[in-house]
This record gives sequence, structure tokens and C-alpha cells, in this order.
Amino acid sequence: MSSNATPDASVFVAKTSGGRITDFVDQRVGGSGILREFGRKVFPDHWSFMFGEVALYSFVILLLSGTFLTFFFDPSMAETHYAGSYTPLKNVEMSVAYSSSLNISFDVRGGMFMRQVHHWAALLFVASVSVHMLRVFFTGAFRKPRELNWVVGSVLLILSMAAGFTGYSLPDDLLSGNGLRIIDGVIKSIPVIGTYTSFFLFGGEFPGTMIISRLYMLHILLVPALILLMIVMHLFMVVVHKHTQYPGPGRNDGNVVGYPLGPVYAAKAGGFFFIVFGVVAIMAAFFTINPIWNYGPYDPSPVSAGTQPDWYIGFVDGALRLMPGTIGDWKVEQVWFGYMFTFNVLLPALVPAGILFTVMFAYPWIERWITKDNREHHVLDRPRNAPTRTAIGMAGFVWYCVMWAAAGSDLIATHFHVALNDVTYWLRALFFIGPVIAFIVTKRVALALQRKDREIALHGRETGRIVRLPHGEFIEVHAPLDEYKRYKLVGFESPAPLPAVPNEHGVVDRKEKRRAKLSRWFFEDRVAPATPAELEAAHGHHGAHEAVEAAESQKTLSH
Amino acid sequence: MKALSQKRRHPLAAIALLLMGLLVTGGLYAVATTVNQAKADTTTYSASDVEEGGKLFAANCATCHGMGASGSQAGPSLVGVGAAAVDFQVGSGRMPMQMNGPQAYKKPAQFNEEQTKQLAAYVASLGPGPAIPEAGVLDEKGDAANGGELFRTNCAMCHNAAAAGGALTRGKFAPALAGVSGQHIYEAMVTGPQNMPVFSDANISPEGKRDIITYLKQIEANGSPGGADLGALGPVSEGLFVWIAGLGVIIAFTIWLTSRTS
Amino acid sequence: MGNHSDGGPNDSGTVATAGQNEVEKFQDPGIPPHRLRLADTDPKAAKKAERQVALLFGISVVGTLIFLVAYFAIDLGHDSPIATIRLQNALLGIGTAFAMLGIGTGIVHWAKALMPDHEVSEERHAIRTEEDRQAAVRIVDDIVEETGIKRRPLIRNTLLGAVALAPLPALAIFGDLGPRPDDKLAHTLWAPAPDGRLKRLARDPDGTPIKAADVTMGSAFHVIPEGLNELSEGKLNEKAKSVVLLMRLDPELLNPSPGRADWAYNGIVAYSKICTHVGCPVALYEQQTHHLLCPCHQSTFDLTQQCKVIFGPASRPLPQLPIAVDSEGYLVATSDFHEPVGPTYWEREQHVLERNA
Repeated sequence: MSSNATPDASVFVAKTSGGRITDFVDQRVGGSGILREFGRKVFPDHWSFMFGEVALYSFVILLLSGTFLTFFFDPSMAETHYAGSYTPLKNVEMSVAYSSSLNISFDVRGGMFMRQVHHWAALLFVASVSVHMLRVFFTGAFRKPRELNWVVGSVLLILSMAAGFTGYSLPDDLLSGNGLRIIDGVIKSIPVIGTYTSFFLFGGEFPGTMIISRLYMLHILLVPALILLMIVMHLFMVVVHKHTQYPGPGRNDGNVVGYPLGPVYAAKAGGFFFIVFGVVAIMAAFFTINPIWNYGPYDPSPVSAGTQPDWYIGFVDGALRLMPGTIGDWKVEQVWFGYMFTFNVLLPALVPAGILFTVMFAYPWIERWITKDNREHHVLDRPRNAPTRTAIGMAGFVWYCVMWAAAGSDLIATHFHVALNDVTYWLRALFFIGPVIAFIVTKRVALALQRKDREIALHGRETGRIVRLPHGEFIEVHAPLDEYKRYKLVGFESPAPLPAVPNEHGVVDRKEKRRAKLSRWFFEDRVAPATPAELEAAHGHHGAHEAVEAAESQKTLSH
Repeated sequence: MKALSQKRRHPLAAIALLLMGLLVTGGLYAVATTVNQAKADTTTYSASDVEEGGKLFAANCATCHGMGASGSQAGPSLVGVGAAAVDFQVGSGRMPMQMNGPQAYKKPAQFNEEQTKQLAAYVASLGPGPAIPEAGVLDEKGDAANGGELFRTNCAMCHNAAAAGGALTRGKFAPALAGVSGQHIYEAMVTGPQNMPVFSDANISPEGKRDIITYLKQIEANGSPGGADLGALGPVSEGLFVWIAGLGVIIAFTIWLTSRTS
Repeated sequence: MGNHSDGGPNDSGTVATAGQNEVEKFQDPGIPPHRLRLADTDPKAAKKAERQVALLFGISVVGTLIFLVAYFAIDLGHDSPIATIRLQNALLGIGTAFAMLGIGTGIVHWAKALMPDHEVSEERHAIRTEEDRQAAVRIVDDIVEETGIKRRPLIRNTLLGAVALAPLPALAIFGDLGPRPDDKLAHTLWAPAPDGRLKRLARDPDGTPIKAADVTMGSAFHVIPEGLNELSEGKLNEKAKSVVLLMRLDPELLNPSPGRADWAYNGIVAYSKICTHVGCPVALYEQQTHHLLCPCHQSTFDLTQQCKVIFGPASRPLPQLPIAVDSEGYLVATSDFHEPVGPTYWEREQHVLERNA
């Protein structure tokens, strides 16, 4: 078949040895096509687009430093007596896992550094995932076609918390041991299967001798593998969708404006990896994290004041603290039909986290149903231009923060010299009213910022220059905007509420009525973008105090 | 100067200022607390000490603790609390209290060493109680590892595993132990000031207490092996740090990275 | 503006309204004109930027050297002082930081100052074209047709059944992850030995027994059962259930309920140290208020009301250990706890009833 496969003249022959190797690989994997597709792909540039990269890079740092740690860590719960160089623990009875963690810290050169890099990077990983998700939420980047990628991102958030939690427990120190004990208590409160689940997880009674090696497997194999899988899916979808962009002149839903991948964007993104690594290295160099030598080996009897989980589990711990176990003399925990219903643990452990994650996962569909907006969106909303969404986001954020703060209620008490009990009472109140206040305030602030945008778009920027007119009136000179700057302020949609529409049988059903109500709630208070006609009018009676308010906040319904 | 005033508005300026403020207060605190390490090595009181102490007591303490230290509505009886209690409470400035509250705060001592000794002598003369510890148990040469175990079992739940202090109910708290003299730590253990339980010699032997003090002094002298300890408050301060400083610095870099060069 | 992939009569509304107003809207002026940087026009500035980039890369080299020197020159021998470890950690970190930040800031500065900074616009393409969709549907139809799965429901149904059942062994095989709980949670080491000898209360951690006379007013002892430290295995499991806090207060303050009057000795009481909320050690004893506080979630128990919950998330009082004094004056537990200690679990009430039957 290939008898006539003589090289013809047009076939490319590489001249240098590097070129020959590249060509060899290219002929077998088709790299040219990939490079042609992606080499000049355009990426918009904005600082808030970098958090996903921070997360990705922290994950790479975690893999690198974590691999180093596995060479020295021994996840055994066998008893041993410490013989390392940290004298305040000399000859103390402890588990092999704790002893090897101490050895990493004190007897392996660079071990302390790598432990601290790993732990700081872990905290940064979850933090950057969270900030990235906040950015995506508040700019509406989760809208079509990116709903599924939002879901993958939410799964990544949960996985990153799981990775963090399984790692937190590995050194088998007193702090993490008490953390595990709390988890055991929460698991035991689960109806029907709780006791069995606890025994299965710990291989018998708490603490047993299995839990560290089991968590170790989850921490270094299962969870990272899942994270990696999700990251691949996440990035694949980013490539399919191309990046979103902020509104501005020249940017619309049909294009993407930015810098080409090669060289500018690749250089910036590649260089940013080293920057993130450098920042983590500085933290690891000068700031202690998780001083396991202070906590001592795990022992079920002692406990330290200020026993808290790492920050990302804090909101659940805070919810556990806020829940009252007795109301007057009435016990929240109930005995029904001879079995225990531990509502004082179950409710705070499951309900707030359940609500947060359910709303998070479902939000793209909720908003899509209310707005009936089925178009693709590649231009982001500025948060102020979607006041209700921004307000919902802030309400959720404040709710989370109240629980988060509750996890540090004892430290709030000691550092601000207030009573621990009062901190709890206040936070209990804020748990309910905090989100409501946040919603109202955020919405008003967003609308006010929109009005300010309108004002600037129509009358220009305040220059601070006061001028006296011939007839004696003082005015402040406003500098008009150029058309590019103005477009940034006016180039957005301001949807009006969408009233109920009859279905194909000509009936407005209950669901549709409910949707219409929500649509009104969503879009009722709105500030329409300034129009050329209004600009014309504003320029018409220049210098006077124009009626900016007239054209806005029309609570009119279309149709 | 102009450059400085421009940089004042820089986003990182607030962080730098905050760090500077923390360093300065921390330094001042460290200096202030080392000054106050008085060592009383004598437990023999002369009759004149008792007499002088009685006068001081009547003038400064009897309003609350009653004449003859028999107690009143405002303060407990001091009969049998021993010299150790007086040396701790007066020596650490907790007594006389400035005002009633959930707990007496540590503050600069109001009486000098001589007066404190006289007060101690007077109270010790009222009934047998824990004496000021011998220098032998305060030499900080015990077994730190054993002290650490005792500390974690008996003390860490209130004072925190790194002795950074912790909250109690309704505004009370267990103070941080850094900078507290070995003598005061020992006296606190034997007398149980305020809401702290008493750790008598039958509970923790004098050697055990010596080990605890050795442990505390050793971790204090060692400092944190990994760098600044962020208050040794555990995951809360670590979380705050990563959110404010860590993410803050990274955001500063992202803004630089995506800004246009002029 | 945008892909108007909507247009059905039912989903016009908001979207269409916004679209209809297009006439009145400001027109997109397009990408603003490109502004040149200093380095684009001034060769001197470009040269300066080039030198800055090289300097940053040079700093990275210095950082790497710092790391290597700190690693090899500082000996972490046995018993090296903490200050040495701290110094090495700081130097390794600062070395890494310089090495990484040098490269990172160097590359970014290069990209910002010297690489072209023209913004380009790229068209977006439809994620799915109608043509592709139809082709895909045809392929799937053909595949389904060729398998014949629609025509042969027997095959389909048996396959579904088989696939549904197949994962069950994968669940069952985890059955040996742990033993059955039975009533293990309801018993502790405090139960009298089989020969009827009562367990003495011993100090945690050294295990020496405690005499009643040792427990002075206002003191708090952290207690483990005698013999715990001698256990060869399961020591921590037993300790996790049996730790007790021993306190002495004025007997007048105790207010024992009927049946519990002889559980204390001379004002000395022993309560489980394991919180009934989620199991943290409730170890904070305030000797003046007689409150016990859990440092994890701030449940507060009142010793003068048999450790009733007065604040926080716990629902149940701490279980009390009945104690007495033996012939040699040592404190002993007269029986095990009368209820399971620690956090609530599903079967707890059954165990309570069994214990008190």
C-alpha cells in the first residue's frame, strides 16, 4: 500500500534538530491545528478575572507541596513516643501520624516551609474559589450559556472544602482531633443511620485507629482526583464559551475584546503563577500556620480555648454555636417513638449549608425562569445594573458572614471586651435580620449608583470648578464625557417587569402568576439608561438644574 | 514629602499602617510587661510587716473586704487565703479593683514590693493559707514535656494551648500567660483567683507546677518556630490573615497586572 | 445586540421590550483608539523597561541562591534551637519568594511594557449550530435503530434491571468498614470490675488515685478511671467516653434530685466531661459561678442544678458519675454512668431505658 510513499518536494523538512523533534511530535499529535486554534485566542483583561487563576495556581502549589509532604508523612495511629528535636514534647506519647508531622516541621530541612506553604495555599485556594464565585455571581456571568460551568464551579467549591477538611485532620493533633470529634457528634445526630455511619467512618468507636489513614486516602487520592477532573471540565467549558467581558465601547455579545493568548495574555497568566507562588512563599516564610506543636497530640480529655475549624468550615461551626439547645425549659432535642431527634445539632449543621448550596446551584435557573431571558450573555452586568440580583447576593453573603463570625464568638468576646453570651445573642438576631437589611441597603445603593451614572452620562463629570455667570448665578462646571466613557455608563439593558403571559390554552396559570410577581419584584425598581434624546434635552437647557429624575424610575409595565 | 503624601492614598498604605501600628503596640506591650517581674524570695514576715500591712489593709482594702478581712457584701473574706493570694492579686495590679465588673483586670501594681509584702504578711497572719512559693519551684528547670501535658489537661481549655487566653461566660475571661512571672502563675494555681479553680498540691504537685512554669517559659522564650504567631489564636486569625493580607496582596498584584502601562 | 435566539411568542416580554428600544439607545462607538505607551515611541524608555525586566530576573536568581545557601549552610541537627528553625524557614521562604516573584513580575512587566498592547476583537461563534444538531439527531436515531432497543423491550428491561442491581455489591463490600455499634456507646470503664471492686478516680494524665481529702473547696480535678493507662489497646476509645471532671463546692449548693442524693461525697461531685452537644470536652470550670463551659460551642452547664444547660446549643445535662469513698479514703465510682455519655445518637433512649430497667 505504501510502496509509492516517496517524499515529494512539497513535504516540509525541518532544518534544526529542535525543529525536527517538534515536527516529529506535531505529525503524531497534530499540534499545529491546536496552536492555530488557540495561539491567538483573545482573553479580556480585568483584575477581577484573575481569581479563577489564583485558585488554579494555588491548587498547583498544593499538588507540588503536598507531594513533598507525602514523602515524610506516615498516616498511622499507632502509639509512639516522640524522639524528635522539639524539646517541649520530648518522650510524650503520641500517634505516629503526629510524630511524623512534627518531624516534618522540625527535623526535615525545608519541611516546616513546605507544611506552611501547603496550609497557606489551602486557605488561599478555598478563599480564591469563593471570591471567584462571588465575582461570577455579581456580574451575572453564570447566565446562558455558562449555567453548567457555574454548577461545576460550585462542585469545585464543595470539593475544595472537602480537601481542606480531610487535610486539616491528618496531623492528629489536639485541635484537629477535637474537630473530628465534633464531626463525629454531628454524624451521630443523623436519624436512623447516624450511629452506624460513625462506626463505619471511624472503624468502630471514636477515635479508633483507622480514621487518619482513611482521611489520608481521601485527601491525597480521591478528592484531588475529583478536583482535577472538575478543573478539566471547567476549563474545557471556558474554552467552548470563550471568556465573558465587562460592558464597554466595542464590546457586545457577539465578540470578545482583549489581548491574544500569545504572547501578552500567556505571559501575564504564566507570570501570575510565579507571583501567586511568591506571595504564598512570603506568608509561609514569616507567618506560622497551624502550630501543631502547641496543640499537642490528640487525647480525648484536653481541649484548647479557641477550638475552631479552618475558615471555610467556620460557617457551619458558627451555625452550631448559634442554635439554642433549650428554649426556656423546652429541649430542642426530642425523643419520639423511643428514638432521638437531635434537632439542636441537625438543624444548624444541615439547614443553612443546605439552603446556601441549593440556592447557589439553582440560582441560574431561578433567575432564568423569572426573567424568561433565554439569550446568550457574554457581556457582564455591572453589579449596580442588576440591583435585585446584587441585593440577593449580598443578603446571602451577609448571612454567611454572620455564621462565619459566630465561629469566632469567643475571640470577638475577648478581643472587644464584651460578654460571650451577648455576642451570641446579637449574632442570633443578625442571623435573621442581617440578610434583610443587607438586601434593602444593597438595592438602594445599587439604584443610587445607577442614578449617579445617569447623571454623569447626561451632565458630565463634576470638575470642582465654580463659575459665576454674568447674571450672578454660581454654577459648577461639568466636563462632558467622551463617547467611549459615556457608552460604558449607558450601554446596558434595564428590563421592565414581565407580566403574566397566558399559556397555549390561553390560561394564565398559578405558576405563571407567581413568576410575574417575582418578575415585578425583580425589576420593579429600575433606573433606565440614559438615551440620546435625554442627552439632547440636557444639553438644551445647559447650566440649569435639569430634571434628571423625570425620566427614571418609571414603574410602568410594558404590554 | 510630596511622594509620601501621594503614597498615602495608595491601597496598600492602609495595610502598611495597620502592620506598623500592630508592631509598635506589640513592642510597647513586650517592654511594659517585662518591667513587672518582681521576685519575692522571702516568706519570713516580721511583726512590723504585719503591723504595717494591717494599716495598709485598713486604708485600702477594708472598704470591700471588711475590717479584719472578714468580708462584706462587696468582697469576700480573706481569712485563710494566704500570702500567695495577696501577692498575686496586689502584685499583678488586680487588687485594689477599680470598679466592680465581671472580672478584675490586670493593671500596673498600685503598691510597691515592700507594701505588697506587708499586706501579704498581714493577711497571712489572719489564718493559714498558701504561702508565696519558694524560689526552687520557680527556677524554670523542670520537665517541660511533662509540664506541657499537665498544661494541656488542666489549663489549656481556658488559657488556650499556646497560653494566649480565652473567653469564659458573661464577660469573664482567662488571660494570656505570656509575660506573667512564674511566681504569679504559681500563686494563681494554688489560690484559684476569681473564677479559676484551685490546683492544690494534692492535685498538681509542686514539681508538676514547676514543670508547667518551665513549659510556659520555654515556649515563650522559643517563640513560634514558623514565624509570627498571629496571636496564637488558631484558625480564626489564620483565616482572617489569608483573607485580608493574602488576598489583599494578590488583588494588588492583579490590579497592577491588568493595568495599562503609561 | 446579542444573539436573539429567543423570539417565541411566549418569551418575548422583557427581552423584546429592551430590544425594541434600540432606536433610542446610544450607538456603540467601537473600541477606543489605541494610545501608545512611552516605550512604543521612545527607544530610551523601551531600553529602560528591558533593563528592569532583566533586573527582576536577576533578583530571581539571587532568590534561588538564597534558598540553596539557607538549605545547605544551616544545619538542622538534632536539638537545634527553635531560632535556627525559624531562621531557616524565613530564609527558605524569602529565597523562594524572590525566585518566584522575580520571574513573575519580570514576565508581567515585559508583557505590559514591551509586548504589543493592541486590544483585538474576536468574533464569537455559535456554540451549537442547527446543522450540527440535525446531523447529531440523525446519528443518534440511526444508532438507536441499529441496536433495535426500541423494538426489543425484553432486552431493554432486563438490561435496566441488571444495571440497576449491579452496584449493590459495590456498596455491600464496604460492610466491614466498621463493627456494629450495638450498645458500645452505653458503657464506660467506670462499671465496677467483674469481681465487684469499684473503680477509683484517678488523675489525668498520670493515673494516680485521688483521695477525698485531696479535693479542696474550689478545686477541679481532671479524672480518668483507674486502670485506663494500663490498657494495651483501645485506650483512647475508652478515654473518650470515661473522662470526668471532679469538683468540690459547698454541699448546700448542690440541690440533688431524689435518688441522686448519695451520688456526691461531702460536696464533691463528678460529671462527664464530654459535652452532650457534639462531644467536645466541657473542661472550663468557673469556681465562683459554678458554671461549666464548653470551649467549642459555648454550651454552659450549671453545677448547682445538676449540670442543667443554661446557655448554648446543648440540650441535655451532663451525665453525673455516682461517687463514694472506699475504706482507704480514695474516691470510687459506685457504678457506671446511668446513661450514655457524650453526644446524642439515634438509639440513645433505648440504652437509657435498658440501663435503668
